[in-house]
Amino acid sequence: MGRTMAAKIWEDHVVAAQEGDPDLLYVDLHLVHEVTSPQAFESLRLTNRRVRRPDLTVATMDHDVPTRGGRAAADEVAERQMSALEENCRREGIALFGMGSSRQGIVHVIGPELGLSQPGLLIVCGDSHTSTHGAFGALAFGIGTSEVEHVLATQCLRQRRPKVMAVTVEGALPLGVTAKDVALGIIGRIGVEGGRGHVIEYRGSTIRGLSMEGRMTVCNMTIEGGARAGMIAPDETTFTYLKGREHAPRAAQWEEAVSRWSALPTDADAQFDREVSIDATQLEPYVTWGTNPGQSVPVTSRVPAPVTETDERALRYMALEPGTAIASIPIDRVFIGSCTNARLEDLRIAASVVRGHTVHPKVRAMVVPGSASVKRQAEAEGLDAVFRDAGFEWRDAGCSMCLGMNPDILGPGERCASTSNRNFEGRQGSGGRTHLVSPPMAAAAAIVGHLVDVREFSGN
Amino acid sequence: MDAFTRVTGIVAPLDRADVDTDQIIPKQFLKRIERSGYGPFLFYDWRRQGNFILDRAEYRGAQVLVTGANFGCGSSREHAAWSLLDAGFRVVIAPSFGDIFKSNSFRSGLLPLELPEPEIRELIRLATEEPGMEVTVDLVAQRVAAGGFEATFTVDPFNRECLLNGWDEVAITLRQDADIARYEATRPGWLPSSR
Repeated sequence: MGRTMAAKIWEDHVVAAQEGDPDLLYVDLHLVHEVTSPQAFESLRLTNRRVRRPDLTVATMDHDVPTRGGRAAADEVAERQMSALEENCRREGIALFGMGSSRQGIVHVIGPELGLSQPGLLIVCGDSHTSTHGAFGALAFGIGTSEVEHVLATQCLRQRRPKVMAVTVEGALPLGVTAKDVALGIIGRIGVEGGRGHVIEYRGSTIRGLSMEGRMTVCNMTIEGGARAGMIAPDETTFTYLKGREHAPRAAQWEEAVSRWSALPTDADAQFDREVSIDATQLEPYVTWGTNPGQSVPVTSRVPAPVTETDERALRYMALEPGTAIASIPIDRVFIGSCTNARLEDLRIAASVVRGHTVHPKVRAMVVPGSASVKRQAEAEGLDAVFRDAGFEWRDAGCSMCLGMNPDILGPGERCASTSNRNFEGRQGSGGRTHLVSPPMAAAAAIVGHLVDVREFSGN
Repeated sequence: MDAFTRVTGIVAPLDRADVDTDQIIPKQFLKRIERSGYGPFLFYDWRRQGNFILDRAEYRGAQVLVTGANFGCGSSREHAAWSLLDAGFRVVIAPSFGDIFKSNSFRSGLLPLELPEPEIRELIRLATEEPGMEVTVDLVAQRVAAGGFEATFTVDPFNRECLLNGWDEVAITLRQDADIARYEATRPGWLPSSR
C-alpha cells in the first residue's frame, strides 16, 4: 500500500526505533528564538553538554524585539533575553540574525526566505507556529523548551508517530476570500481540537492554486485547529519559490534535490486516518467573534447566540451581544503583521485596499513587516508610502502585537482587527479584544473604522 | 526532573474548556530566563479579576487540578507547565490536552492525566461540593482515588517510565550516539546548513 507524505518524511528520519517505544527522529533544521531557548542553553551548561550541530541551528530575535526605536527601545528584561541569546549563540557557534541584521525577522518568515525551509525536511522550533514550514512539504512542528534542549544536545527528538488527516479543499476561491479565510474556514469546521494527535495534509485544487505565501498562511494556522503540523505537497510552485535562494541547493545538486522532492507527495493508494472535504466556493471572508480561532462567522452574518458556557464567557469577554451585525462592530486598532500574514504578498494586497484612502480618525493602525527583507522589498515597491500616507504606522520587523511581548499592545477594552493567529483573552494585551481577519479585511476596517466586508468596501 | 510515583493532595476544579497557555501564563511573564518563579503569575489575568476559584482558601496548597477538554492548547511555551509546578501542582486531570502542552508536562515532571468526560464531570462535582477534598493519583498502579471515586488511567509507557524514574531524556538519547552518527553519515551533502 502507498504511503502518505507524512509517513515518507517520518520514515526518512528514523535514527532508531524499538517496538513499543517512541521513534528517535533526526532534525534537519532547528530554528531558535530568544524566548523559549534561554533555559535550554542554561541546562546544557549545567550538564556540561554542547550543541551537537550548530550548523543545523539558526537563531533570530523576533518575539520581544521593539518595532520602533531600535534595540535601545527594548525594556530591561527583553534586553536581557536578547543578550542571553547572543551569548549562547556566540559560545556555541550558532548563526544568529539579531536586531539590526539584514536577515532578521519572524523565525517562520526568515526560514523560507533564506531557502532553509525545504521539502522533505524535519524542522522544529520552540514555537507552535513552526507548522508554517510544512507549506514546503516538510514535517515541521513546535516544541517546548525541554525538547529544544534535547535537540540542541542530540539533534534528535523522541516522538510517537501521529495520525494523518487529509483536509481537501476543492474549487475556486470567491473574490475577496484569501488563504487566511481558508484557514479560518477549516478551523471553524474541525474545531480548535479537531486536529489533536494528527498531522494535517492540505490537498485539493484550491491548495494547489495558492502561492507559497498563501500556503504558509494555511499551514501556519494548523496549530489553531489542534494539530501540531500541517503540510502541503511540493510542486512547481514550491520549486520556483526556492530556486536561487541563499540556502537552496545549486547546479547539479538542485537537480538531485528536485528529483527527491518530487517523490515526496502522498501515493495515490495511501490511506489517511481521517478525511475532511471543504468546498472553497462556499467560503467567505471570516471574522472571529470569540476568544478562540474556531469561533468565527462570515463577515456578512451576525454575532451568534451562545451554545456552550465557553461561548458565553467569550461573548462576555468580547463585550458583544448576540444578533449584532458583524460588519457594524466598531474597532479601535488594526494590526497587519505576524507569521500568519506579514509576508510581501500580504502587504501588497493590504496596500491595494488602502491606496488612496485614509485611516479612520478613531483608529490607530500599524503594519509590522514579517522580516527586515520583507520591509526592504515593500519599501522598494513603495508600499510603505501607501501605508504611511494613509496614516498607518510603518514599523520594523518582529512578532509585535501578535502576542504583545514588546511595547506594541492593546489597552484594556480596545478592539482590534488583526491579521494574526490567536484571539485568546488578553493575547494582544490584557483586556484587549481581538478579531482575526485577512489582510484586506484588516485594511478595509482601518479605513471605515468598523469591521466591514472588503467586497463591498468603497473607502471614505 | 523530579521522579513521580504517587501524589495525595487537594484537588482543585477549574471547570473551563480550551484553557490556552496564554491564560495559564500570560506573555509578559515569559521574559525571564529561568525555569522557576512563575507560580505567582499562574492564571494571572483571571486571578486579578477576583473571585477566582483557585484562590479560595479551601483549595490552597492543591496539588491536583481537574479541568475541561483541550487544556493547554495554543502556544508552545513550556512556562505553562513550569508555572503550574511552581504553584504546587503535580497533576492536571482533563478529558484531553493540547499536544505540545502534554509533551512539555511529561518532560517537566507534571503529570497530564486523561480521563473520560463523565469521570471528569464527577471529579469536578466532588471537588466543588467538598472543597478541600484530597485525591490520590498513583502512577505505579495507574489509578486515581478520592473517597468513593475511583478510576484507572493509561499513560504513554515511555513517558511513564521517565516520570517514575525522574529520567533525563537527553542522557538516554546521548547513549545512542552511535546510531545518531550512523544516521548523519547517510544525509545528502546538499541539505541546508547555516555554513
